[in-house]
Amino acid sequence: MSQRQVLQGRLGRGPGPGPGQRGWGWGWGWGSGAGARPLTRRSPADPALPPAVFEQYQRARSQFAQAVADFAARPQSIDTLRSAGVVCLLRPLLLDVVPSIRQTAALALGRLADYDVELAEAVVKAGILPQLICSLPEENRYYKKAAAFVLRAIAKHSPQLAQAIVQSGALGMLVICLEDFDPGVKEGASWAFGYIARHNPELSQAVVDAGAVPLLVLCIQEPEIALKRIAASTLSDISKHSPELAQTVVAAGAIAYLAQMIPNPDAKLKRQVLSALSQIAKHSVDLAELVVEAEIFPVVLTCLKDSDEYVKKNGATLIREIAKHTPELSQLIVNSGGVAAVIDCIGSCRGTVRLPGIMTLGYVAAHSENLSMAVIVSKGIPPLCVCLIEEHEDHIKAAAAWALGQIGRHTAEHARHVAVANVLPTLLDIFVDTCSSEDLKVKAKKALKNILQKCTYLPALEPLLHEAPPSIMKYIIGQYSKVLPHDSKARRLFVTTGGLKKVQEIQAEPGSLLQEYINTINNCYPEEIVRYYSPGYSEMLLERVENYQPVL
Amino acid sequence: MAAASCGREQGASMAALARLQERLEGLREEYFLTNRAIDEDRKRKYKAAVKIQRWFRACRVQVCLRHLTKMVILIQKWWRGYLRRKHFREIVEIQKTWRGYYVRKYIHNFYALKKYLKAVSMNNEFVRHELQEYTEMKENEEKMKDLEKKDKEKKYQARKMHYLLSTKQIPGIYNSPLRKSPDPMELLLQKSKPLTHRKQPVKSPFADELYGWPTCKEPPAFVTSLPLLHADRRKPQGPFRDPAEVLRQRYKPLEPTLRARESMYSAPGKAREPTRREEWRNPIHDNEFLPFSSYHKNYEKYEPSLFKSDKYGQEAYGTKYFREVYPKKWIADKDFETLFPSIALFEKFGKTYSSTGQIV
Repeated sequence: MSQRQVLQGRLGRGPGPGPGQRGWGWGWGWGSGAGARPLTRRSPADPALPPAVFEQYQRARSQFAQAVADFAARPQSIDTLRSAGVVCLLRPLLLDVVPSIRQTAALALGRLADYDVELAEAVVKAGILPQLICSLPEENRYYKKAAAFVLRAIAKHSPQLAQAIVQSGALGMLVICLEDFDPGVKEGASWAFGYIARHNPELSQAVVDAGAVPLLVLCIQEPEIALKRIAASTLSDISKHSPELAQTVVAAGAIAYLAQMIPNPDAKLKRQVLSALSQIAKHSVDLAELVVEAEIFPVVLTCLKDSDEYVKKNGATLIREIAKHTPELSQLIVNSGGVAAVIDCIGSCRGTVRLPGIMTLGYVAAHSENLSMAVIVSKGIPPLCVCLIEEHEDHIKAAAAWALGQIGRHTAEHARHVAVANVLPTLLDIFVDTCSSEDLKVKAKKALKNILQKCTYLPALEPLLHEAPPSIMKYIIGQYSKVLPHDSKARRLFVTTGGLKKVQEIQAEPGSLLQEYINTINNCYPEEIVRYYSPGYSEMLLERVENYQPVL
Repeated sequence: MAAASCGREQGASMAALARLQERLEGLREEYFLTNRAIDEDRKRKYKAAVKIQRWFRACRVQVCLRHLTKMVILIQKWWRGYLRRKHFREIVEIQKTWRGYYVRKYIHNFYALKKYLKAVSMNNEFVRHELQEYTEMKENEEKMKDLEKKDKEKKYQARKMHYLLSTKQIPGIYNSPLRKSPDPMELLLQKSKPLTHRKQPVKSPFADELYGWPTCKEPPAFVTSLPLLHADRRKPQGPFRDPAEVLRQRYKPLEPTLRARESMYSAPGKAREPTRREEWRNPIHDNEFLPFSSYHKNYEKYEPSLFKSDKYGQEAYGTKYFREVYPKKWIADKDFETLFPSIALFEKFGKTYSSTGQIV
């Protein structure tokens, strides 16, 4: 008797009869307990034993799932989990009877896969993906969210993992999630799509083929800000790879909605929207014109004054992508005052954020001399000079040098404006500097060459004459040889500032272009002056003094 | 000897003469034939000679003419070239002036360029001004938001610490007697209403999850316990049920049947679709299943329309009304004729007044 009682006690026959007061979570679990076989011999007086075993098991499973989920949120415990082989343990829980255990298990797997590439690969190898997605359409929204989280955590690491996800047929399920009513589910699904489409054009194409783009455009119109952000970022990732993908996104009518969201006060949303529009506009003239027709000017210019750095950067990127295609688009930007806004933006930022703005100015100025003059008139040169001097990164300096070259290369007037701003010595310093990278040196040299070939403003050329290396010297001398024959005051200045002396000291190969220029310059002056300044003249005079026989 | 020789000669000549005379007859004919032949040839040879001479003369003349044409061509060539060159120079002069004018006026119009650049710089100024205003406005908004937040914080703190308000007897800490006027905090405390002891309303467990999910920071709070909302509310006085029971009933989770839980678009749901359609299409009998056996007697009575019924029963309409359909029901053996009703005024025609004294 006592043994039986003890055994019964061990079964955990709890206090309180009846299922009603046990709490809600066991509502589903109860049904399975009804047919339990009691472990002890049932006496006729006893009612059927409560199926405490099943209750315990369920509790244990749910506790395990929750504990793993909690631990997986902490990076330091993930290694322990990994070595315990937690992925294989979580796999059967995904098919558990109780929905909440399924959700927690999916959440735990998602957190594990999120942490590390190897865990993500382990999750894929354990064959979890088919189980995850097989029952997805009938599940509730928490499970769908957790499943979308798992998929995106796996897809973000590498293209191969993303490919594995696509091959397991998850895209169709994700589309079903995108059609769901709950905004959280839609957000999870579009995030997963974004991470898949990010890697390469083939995966993007797979996302598009699954029919996600119209649904994403619908998501953009939803009122929830987080959903809008994610949908915009996914559209940006899809359209960045190729013109055809961008065309698909445009055909779904995305541009109008994206353009409407530009004035939205949320900074992160603006970042994504501007990035999406610039990825669309960058591929071809037609796409850029479509973006412009959505009347983004002058609203986009307010983004250039935003307090968030990345909003400014993305806004400048959008303007750059539009400006680079044709002179007409650049003209449009100039006419709407975009150049002024970009110049102010460059002046107010520091670092990589400035780069798209600098390139915009370069592209606008490169198209034609009128546009270049417009850039000059909008006071574009001083910020570019400041960039050249202040910035530490070589690629930003290279971009600034290139932009200045584009501005100054059209006519003498442009070159004069550039030279007056004291840009040429800075460019020369950069060119000569040993710690500049190759790319920077090449760009600085090209810019110098372009500007010098048109520059007739001699006071700016003069300091360069004394410091320039031979490769630059020929352009400088060439310019002098063009100007000096016609201008007498310049000739006088040339002599008094010591330029003629410097020219005599240059040794050029006879017959080369440099020699011709030097000859032209020498022909502008009388014989005596030229001889006077030629090197070694004083020795020659002294020699004559020595050899002179005085007439007594 | 001379005679011999003469004789011999005479003999020879006589022989010759004889021979000649023999040939004499044939001589005439021969002579005639030769002459005829020569005569015939003569014409041919004459014509041939003329031909040759003609040819030769033609060649000579042609050489002459060729020479002349060459000279003429040379002269004309030179003259025409000169003319055209002169003309060309005139034309180029015109085109030069025209092109210079056109380019200066329309393409590289200096003044238009200057105007354009001025317009661009003015526009830039305007845009810069606008953008500056916009940034200032944004900054103001931010500041206002911050100020409001701080204000709200302060008010909340004041409400929490309302007990620090000074009473008549005891001055509060913000109302020190050494001060000339009370601290602004004191005034705030005076204005604020104390917080009630009611706990902060607990948000329903589902609302958080909607927006906490993207980063999945918290695990799903599945309903293992009742929501904290009214757990220890006391039972109101009166014949009410136990609040715990009521709440349990109120928050009992939905347990739809398997059939209802499945969505229409799930695989088994879709599989049922054809059977549903078939059932609708091929009913065994058209009468619906009636709930009671005498349903049609009691519940399917005909309700006559109010329009055609009055207190004496219902006027027949429809097939019972239109007589021409049932000729057997006619009383007379012809149909009604349509008579127009008489118009009263026209009946009186000629009858209102007596005609010729006759009284109507």
